Amino acid sequence: MKNTISPSFNRRSFIKTTALAGGGILIGFNLFQACKPEVAPPVDISQLNFNDFNAFIKIADNGMVTIFSPNPEIGQGVKTSMPMIIAEELDVAWDNVHVVQGALDTKNFTRQVAGGSQSIRFGWEPLRQTGATARQMLVNAAAAKWGVDSSTCKTENGVITNGNGDKLGYGEVVKEAAALEVPENVTLKEPKDFKIIGTDAGNVDIDKIITGKPLFGLDYKEEGMAHAVVLRPPAFGNKLEVCDDTAAKSIAGVQDVIKFGDKIAVLAKDTWTAMKGKKALEATWTTDSKLESTEGHDKILTDLLNGKKFKTMRADGDVKKAFATADQVIERTYESPFLPHNCMEPMNFFADVTPEKVRLVGPIQTPAGTARRVAELLEREVEDVSVEMTRMGGGFGRRLYGDFALEAAEISKLAKKPVKVIYSREDDMGAGIYRPSIKYKISASVKDGKITGYHLKEASVNSNMYGLIPNFFPAGAIENYQVDVASYDSKITTGAWRAPYTNFLSFAEQSFFDELAEILEVDRIKLRLDLLQKVKGTTDERIQYSPERLENVIKIAVEKSGWGNAKEGVYQGFSAYYCHNTHVAEVAEVILENDVPVVKKVTCVVDCGIVVNPLGARNQIEGGVIDGIGHAMYGDFSFKDGEPQSKNFDKYRLIRINETPVVETHFIENEMSPTGLGEPALPPAGAAVANAIKAAKGIRLYKQPFIKHMTAKAPLG
Amino acid sequence: MPVYNLTINGQSHTVDADPDTPLLWVLRDHLDMVGTKFGCGIGQCGACTVHVDGSATRSCLIQVSMADTMEITTIEGISEDASHPIQEAWKEVDVPQCGYCQSGQIMSATAFLKQNPNPSQSEIRDAMSGNICRCASYNRIEKAVALAASKMS
Repeated sequence: MKNTISPSFNRRSFIKTTALAGGGILIGFNLFQACKPEVAPPVDISQLNFNDFNAFIKIADNGMVTIFSPNPEIGQGVKTSMPMIIAEELDVAWDNVHVVQGALDTKNFTRQVAGGSQSIRFGWEPLRQTGATARQMLVNAAAAKWGVDSSTCKTENGVITNGNGDKLGYGEVVKEAAALEVPENVTLKEPKDFKIIGTDAGNVDIDKIITGKPLFGLDYKEEGMAHAVVLRPPAFGNKLEVCDDTAAKSIAGVQDVIKFGDKIAVLAKDTWTAMKGKKALEATWTTDSKLESTEGHDKILTDLLNGKKFKTMRADGDVKKAFATADQVIERTYESPFLPHNCMEPMNFFADVTPEKVRLVGPIQTPAGTARRVAELLEREVEDVSVEMTRMGGGFGRRLYGDFALEAAEISKLAKKPVKVIYSREDDMGAGIYRPSIKYKISASVKDGKITGYHLKEASVNSNMYGLIPNFFPAGAIENYQVDVASYDSKITTGAWRAPYTNFLSFAEQSFFDELAEILEVDRIKLRLDLLQKVKGTTDERIQYSPERLENVIKIAVEKSGWGNAKEGVYQGFSAYYCHNTHVAEVAEVILENDVPVVKKVTCVVDCGIVVNPLGARNQIEGGVIDGIGHAMYGDFSFKDGEPQSKNFDKYRLIRINETPVVETHFIENEMSPTGLGEPALPPAGAAVANAIKAAKGIRLYKQPFIKHMTAKAPLG
Repeated sequence: MPVYNLTINGQSHTVDADPDTPLLWVLRDHLDMVGTKFGCGIGQCGACTVHVDGSATRSCLIQVSMADTMEITTIEGISEDASHPIQEAWKEVDVPQCGYCQSGQIMSATAFLKQNPNPSQSEIRDAMSGNICRCASYNRIEKAVALAASKMS
């Protein structure tokens, strides 16, 4: 079990300090990789080089602390929570901390990424070490000034005291501290002594957000910049044959029309003119192969599920034998459509490509990888490429892919001027990197009332589940266990979508276990708990989840939700899942209004270890649960002849406020190292609701979106 | 190109734009008031909500040629220092996740509370249903609107 172990890092040389020319101390540190021994932080704050260090702390002469938060902010709250961890060990008052988004000149980094709910998990130890190291240096400087042993000194809220009643503010010793050696060993606080971690801190950007200040990529502009809107092939599989740009060029304000690959960019003095220019383009498209449709995918995936071309991801015992000797075999199939990400801020990016340098600014979850890809595309040195990250109007996985930044760079290079590429909603939904359509077939063998075998088969468009996921529950709990995957190579671009793979897998498995309990006529909670007992004490290193922690969230969810004691007319559904290193259990409550199921409440119990910022953490859980319900209920995205059939919110339904349940969140209190919360509340939500709908209406749901299948008599899988 | 005189947040602005340019893009590109966000361009998501003569209106659907007789208020005109009771409530509840839709949410809420200073929970849910929050900060939007109503009464 890996839950109690923090990810390790190389502490040696990862912190360097310097005195700032303008006063104060600058501490450069690397969160995820030790820096080279020869580099030193700059003495001028304007020269911060994120090549050498990926994060900085500045402590000014007046004691004010500026933290340059390293990781991209997409709404998951790390711009608030990561600096909180530093401030805790630095022992300063949170009110005296100012947070600035750190930029990235990309090179050498292994993880300056928003994705996989991993920022807090990987940042926990190095962020604490950094804060504690800086604190120790300030204490050492004060102790030297007083001529006392530093072990007799204490700190509180940015003030150092000693046993003799002397007091010095951090600002008064920063100059001396900057000249000291970086201590090798520092003591971290005991969790019981935390003053900032575990307390509610509001979003650090809130004032700017609620007064409409420029913050997001779409808000970014520079003098002389062109607004670029791009015409892309309307269908996956289309190629550009010819394009007449006469009409577009005749529009006043259109500056340039640039063809690159199968795309055409219209550059204009403003966004609207560029959009009009794009509409005026007359392009014809060709195709050299059969264009794909949802109907075709359906058949292909069904054939794959029923075929033999599988890759086995994990096999325990002998599933075949278990099935051959079973009293009963239960088999169900679960199906999901593609899903677009639909970040509220459509994709966009700024690029300024000159012979000297490549400057990129915008919303990106993967600044380092994107800089590398831009360098490759432009045949430039990666050192020439700089990336500045703006706040992001949502990510959900879409902004892991820098395709929009590559477009901006290519257009800027060809146009020889700075450009900002802007996607319309139609562009955004039509040129997506979608959650692929997936089908699961799950079978279980039962002998003498016990589950003896479990076989999960996945058929997916493009990418399949990866690496560790086959080691999630119920791996280890069932003697004969097998996970097989098969995929179909599609021209439609697919990729990570919030809680990749588990966002639908969890629905399938947690629906299956619910139904299994009904068929076996055992209590659905007991069925899950009994399975978990078999995992306790396992020596299987591959097993990712902790049976004890999963058992605990299940039990607490039963208690907090009043499971089994719902008022008349209220129907409950249960689901529990482990992913992204976090254990979650959810109980959904559904009522029937005019025979239509309405989700009124979800009780969510989460074990993510120490909760760094409870206020932000609850927001992630509330959002994750509602997002999970919204997409399970309404998310429907199909293709016809390679073309997406919905391209805007008139034909693509996102959950709205009047459709949302109240989410009640409970965190397990423990002193385990924290894990991330951007994703893990989402996967269990779909099954919790589906299981509640089963209780309410007697309809078992096997396909998403529920809205399409809720009224029809659902066929067995 | 024709010239239009717009009254925005009580101030007069002169804009040189095509008559069909949506107010949204006039605000963002011509006047550098980027608090009003682009989300869908077809009036479905509410990110671009402004007040026109006091009513919540999707600025992506208003052409500049129609706007020169209107009193327009944008998020920048609600208060510069986040001191409006609705902004205070937003801050107290810590509503935003990514934050992108929030100026539109605040504009819808402000216009709504003017019409209905003492709304019920279901009235809040109905009134705010034109604004999408992709991060689903809906529980908090609901709470913040109710809190703002109590602050203002």
